[in-house]
Amino acid sequence: MRRVCVIGAGITKFVRRAKETGKELSFEAARMALDSAGMDFKEIQCVAEGTAPDAFDGMHMKAEYLSDGSGAYGRPYTRSYVGGGTGVFMGAHGWWHVASGMFDTCLVVGEEKMSPCFPHPQGAFLTIFDNFTERPLGPNLVWIFALEMNRYMTTHKIKKEDVALVSVKNHGNALDHPSAQLGMKITVDDVLKSEVLAYPVQRLDISPTSDGAAALIFCTEEIARKYTDNPVFVDGVGWHLDTSYWTDRDLYYPKYVEKAAKMAYKMAKIDNPRKQISFAEPYDPFDYKELHHMEGLLLCGKGEAPILTREGVTQRDGAMPTCPSGGALGVGNPIAATGVMKLCELFWQLRGEAGKRQVKNDPHTGVAQAWGDLMQVGTVVVMRRGGARP
Amino acid sequence: MSRVAIVGVGQTALKPFSPEVSYRELMFEAAVKAYEDAGVEPRKDVESFIGVSEDFWEGTSIFDEYVPDQLGGALRPVCTIGNEGLAGIATAAMQIMTGQIGVAAVESHSKYSEVDRPLRVLQLAIDPVLNRPLDFNPHLIAGLEMARFLGVSGAVRNDCARVVAKNRRNALKNPWAAYPAKVSSEVVLRSQETFSPLRKLECSAPADGATVVVLASEEKARKLSDDPVWIDGMGWANDTPTLEARDWARARYAEWSVRQATKMAGYSAKKVDLYEIDDTYAYKEIQHAAALGICRPADYAKFIRTGEKPINPSGGSLGCGHTLDATGLFRLGEAVEQLRGLAGRRQVRGAKRALVQSWRGVPTTGGAVLLLSNKDGGEAK
Repeated sequence: MRRVCVIGAGITKFVRRAKETGKELSFEAARMALDSAGMDFKEIQCVAEGTAPDAFDGMHMKAEYLSDGSGAYGRPYTRSYVGGGTGVFMGAHGWWHVASGMFDTCLVVGEEKMSPCFPHPQGAFLTIFDNFTERPLGPNLVWIFALEMNRYMTTHKIKKEDVALVSVKNHGNALDHPSAQLGMKITVDDVLKSEVLAYPVQRLDISPTSDGAAALIFCTEEIARKYTDNPVFVDGVGWHLDTSYWTDRDLYYPKYVEKAAKMAYKMAKIDNPRKQISFAEPYDPFDYKELHHMEGLLLCGKGEAPILTREGVTQRDGAMPTCPSGGALGVGNPIAATGVMKLCELFWQLRGEAGKRQVKNDPHTGVAQAWGDLMQVGTVVVMRRGGARP
Repeated sequence: MSRVAIVGVGQTALKPFSPEVSYRELMFEAAVKAYEDAGVEPRKDVESFIGVSEDFWEGTSIFDEYVPDQLGGALRPVCTIGNEGLAGIATAAMQIMTGQIGVAAVESHSKYSEVDRPLRVLQLAIDPVLNRPLDFNPHLIAGLEMARFLGVSGAVRNDCARVVAKNRRNALKNPWAAYPAKVSSEVVLRSQETFSPLRKLECSAPADGATVVVLASEEKARKLSDDPVWIDGMGWANDTPTLEARDWARARYAEWSVRQATKMAGYSAKKVDLYEIDDTYAYKEIQHAAALGICRPADYAKFIRTGEKPINPSGGSLGCGHTLDATGLFRLGEAVEQLRGLAGRRQVRGAKRALVQSWRGVPTTGGAVLLLSNKDGGEAK
């Protein structure tokens, strides 16, 4: 199997409402990725697009609409899609284009423009539920994640204060991210006093809605060496999707994330993730999700993530930094672009190019993860620094 | 590069309406048939599931949520590809070629009869800034393109009418087809002009149905199947989505796709025994045949008359019905049956190689091509 390299990354600013169209956002991120790699657009052989529900922009067959903005004109182009997991899944989507031997280079683009959905993108989420059994109840995502958060906190007897620490950390980390929408210095008290949306979910527990795009350049090792002495390798990809009947699951633990992680770790020859992984970008659309996903990623035992957080292990100068970028909570959450932003962060951290965000433990291996659908899908990508071998 | 084979296909009959089943039941029927055909147990043997769907056609956002259970894919690697069905096949093939996946299943379906206002849905695919405010019926694009195509290509209106007569007649022998009929080209030319010069009978009618295809690596395929169908070449491409910038006479997405596919396969579209190509509108069959290098538009009537290399023996979308993004998979199913010698009264004798081509329909310019061979076709290479 061919080893796949990343040689460039680009990202737009994440904002509540972008003036640019989705095409323009995609173009901006793709252009920046190409420029950062020093690669001519002519070298790109195919395009892998990721973008989540069409209902956000009200664009039917959104991939076709975005295609020229993403550089797909005259090129092989596919769009993959697993709800909120789409962004990190783009790492797998781009990976198989190159690893299969079909193409030597692939432009990976993740785009999301949530703001056209009026008055609030949450409206689009009303249409994700089962049309017979659930939709008549008028549920929304905040409600069902409140169920999951409650179940997680109850099972492990976790205090709201400990969960809030994630929000404090990620919003703070985002202060150092030039693309961030919501970098801010807050305290646990601020989180606990913020508006209750659906208990135990409060306003500062949730990531904002955003517009934005991010892009990566994937290529073979041979091509990478032409452009850089410092490529990053995509060494493991994994994804798993659980049953549609989410009401039948025990929500305290994301089994599907564990399965996806094991798929990626096996490919990357990781048998002891706690030791062999330097830092993680777990998906954090809600603060408790970061904890939930650290456990799913096998970076700690069940119920241990809040303890690690409290002890500062997950800070940038800790032993297992999580979301050094600022995550979805701080940088913003334009669904498919968020996951690609996390992949970009792995790339920058592993190259030592993350500036003020740089983690302090001389990282050699990073893992990014996203999650979505009806608390149902896990997508995982493992990247390694050049020179670091499995 | 390692080879990938198709080891099983399952499909439901195409029907104008299917109130007796839900989309889940449609998918389940196709999946059970495909797994039985391939001799695989989905929960054990299939390592990747790919659903090809579009949220707005389903009426559900994030549709991949509702894909795993009826395919046997719960808590397994499942994803959605938002392109034409053949792009799903290309995705599965690439996953297998990485060596990480041994067996993959690709599903797509149409429940068009349950789409409340399909024209409104299609209008939402039109550029929201420049074109949607004009508030036109998207099929108008096909009318405009047909006018341009007839104007410069050398094909005539009678050729388009003959495509309809041929495909609907072919469908008479196809038990899966929704719209088999004996219609003469005169009748087609007398049907109502909908989007001039396009006529009502020159547009394929929608149908409901599902197809599941099982693919495997060479090693797995040899164990699973005595008559695997090999994917020799595959190509897919997009032309511009912008109406103002596209070439209205040529199907460049098909030209680019076939270039990639033939380069991979090592033989041209002419060295193929039968063609299953897109005929969403009658003129599209002629335009696509030209783009693929099968025959020039001016020679189309002669090419069909000699009948040596049939185009759309299944009956095409005009005869079988158009099943949205599942169309390519349904036609792939036909090609696989032909190459296995199981096509019954439609059997093309001695078929060794087939070409399948798809297009996503208006207003898009996305398409894909597959080149396939059976045991004999592969040896000839």
